[in-house]
Amino acid sequence: MSTNVISGNGNNDVKLPIYMDNHATTRTDPRVVEEMLPYFTEKFGNAASRNHEFGWVAEQAVEQARERIAKLIGATSKEIIFTSGATESNNLAIKGVAEMYKEKGNHIITQAIEHKAVLDTCKRLEKYGFRVTYLPVQKDGRIDLDDLKRAMDDKTILVTIMTANNEIGALQPIREIGALCHERGVLFHTDAVQAIGKVPFNVIQDNVDLASLTAHKLYGPKGVGGLYVRRKNPRVQLVAQIDGGGHERGMRSGTLNVPGIVGFGKACALASEGMAEEAVKLAALRDRLKDAIMGQLDEVYINGSVEHRLPGNLNISFAYVEGESLLMGINDIAVSSGSACTSATLEPSYVLKALGAGDDLAHSSIRFGLGRFNTQAEVDYVAERVVDTVKRLRELSPLYEMAKEGIDLTKVQWAAEPTH
Amino acid sequence: MAYSTKVLDHYSNPRNVGSLDKNSAEVGTGLVGAPECGDVMKLQIKVNPATNIIEDAKFKTFGCGSAIASSSLATEWVKGKTVDEALTIRNTDIVKELSLPPVKIHCSVLAEDAIRAAIGDWKKKNGQHSQPQAQPVEQRA
Repeated sequence: MSTNVISGNGNNDVKLPIYMDNHATTRTDPRVVEEMLPYFTEKFGNAASRNHEFGWVAEQAVEQARERIAKLIGATSKEIIFTSGATESNNLAIKGVAEMYKEKGNHIITQAIEHKAVLDTCKRLEKYGFRVTYLPVQKDGRIDLDDLKRAMDDKTILVTIMTANNEIGALQPIREIGALCHERGVLFHTDAVQAIGKVPFNVIQDNVDLASLTAHKLYGPKGVGGLYVRRKNPRVQLVAQIDGGGHERGMRSGTLNVPGIVGFGKACALASEGMAEEAVKLAALRDRLKDAIMGQLDEVYINGSVEHRLPGNLNISFAYVEGESLLMGINDIAVSSGSACTSATLEPSYVLKALGAGDDLAHSSIRFGLGRFNTQAEVDYVAERVVDTVKRLRELSPLYEMAKEGIDLTKVQWAAEPTH
Repeated sequence: MAYSTKVLDHYSNPRNVGSLDKNSAEVGTGLVGAPECGDVMKLQIKVNPATNIIEDAKFKTFGCGSAIASSSLATEWVKGKTVDEALTIRNTDIVKELSLPPVKIHCSVLAEDAIRAAIGDWKKKNGQHSQPQAQPVEQRA
């Protein structure tokens, strides 16, 4: 990757390319890397080796990390199970609960804009005879609690609803969801990967029984995650999905990724210290970006709740401009689009479709994910590039021209070409 | 996705962007695709009634870079051709010229459809029979 420096105003130099895709992954914080390094070379022991110094050193490091992670989410260290990441955590939580509690009931409730690691896990369970309710979301990307109440029945064993959405940053009312679950003796699992270290999240106050966590979304390394499993009120039991040496209280066998876990722990410690301040900074940068874009362009729409939203998330649809062509025009900036052309499935974002905005706005969406290392100068540069590119592409857009002529695009008989 | 140099060139410097008077008898307009599918192309031609030569062509496209490039290229290719010559342009020619990957073949199909639709519109205005329907995509792509 080539990098170069663009001189901005005064001393605000911007180094290109700019990374603004922090919901996909984050840069590992150098302080995290520094703490991990000795665990590759000098302190390389297996945390399960009980009879020598190398093992003890590794185990001690793992236990310190467990405590740091637990502290960030208000848990106790024994309630943290290490995994390879959030996909595994979601699989373990949902399949593990389903298998353990199948005598009690076979009904699971989730919602339309979960991550595929949750949706596809639920779909698999349907093949095994479980019943799954997929709740719709409202226009703001949040579920209606009345829908949840209505969906619960005496066979419901698990509700799995994410804390924050990865595309639109919408925060679900998890505290209320958890309370409803606890009233009815139903377990509550939440995929919290986008939320931890970004917004306050406390498993006791938020009535959470299981929570999926991952390191690389909060400036830790990839390939390491965790699952919070509540030990009292209620004590949650899981059937392990990976058989082996009985690590992690028998819930997840496999030699622990000690350097990764150390990094995960450090990342959580940094988040515990700096989250409140960082959230204010990120929300200010995000709002600066939003205001600059919306102040200079008409017909741009924010996807998802403005009020209940991750501080670093901005998801905008630029009407009459297709997302992939916009990405091409801002190719020195790393962001994502909900456009079909940028997805492996060639379908527009199912998350944006679920908001009911229409496929055309899904095709026109860009997700900006601001993070710890973004600067105000970068935000200003990104806003300028986006505005210029959207203006240029609208000059090229037959839809923009038609809309300006007063044609109602929803009433046009489109001759869609047959490959779609 | 890595784009070919030619796609990048058409994206950065699209040829013949704009609109012609759609009410003129000499102008044929093709509007193909749909916003829900993520691409819409408008291609217009201006035909000399004496020679049947396409003297001008303009386009506007809502779509990905390959869709923009395909329609930009289509306007370049139809200019100077007679209407009947323009009808011989195939989507596979566009795929080849722009080195489009398989997932972008539909962009070229849409550009061919746009040429046909514009010519069809012009023929209709001028009391000529429209060309037979485009062949099925499977045979063309």
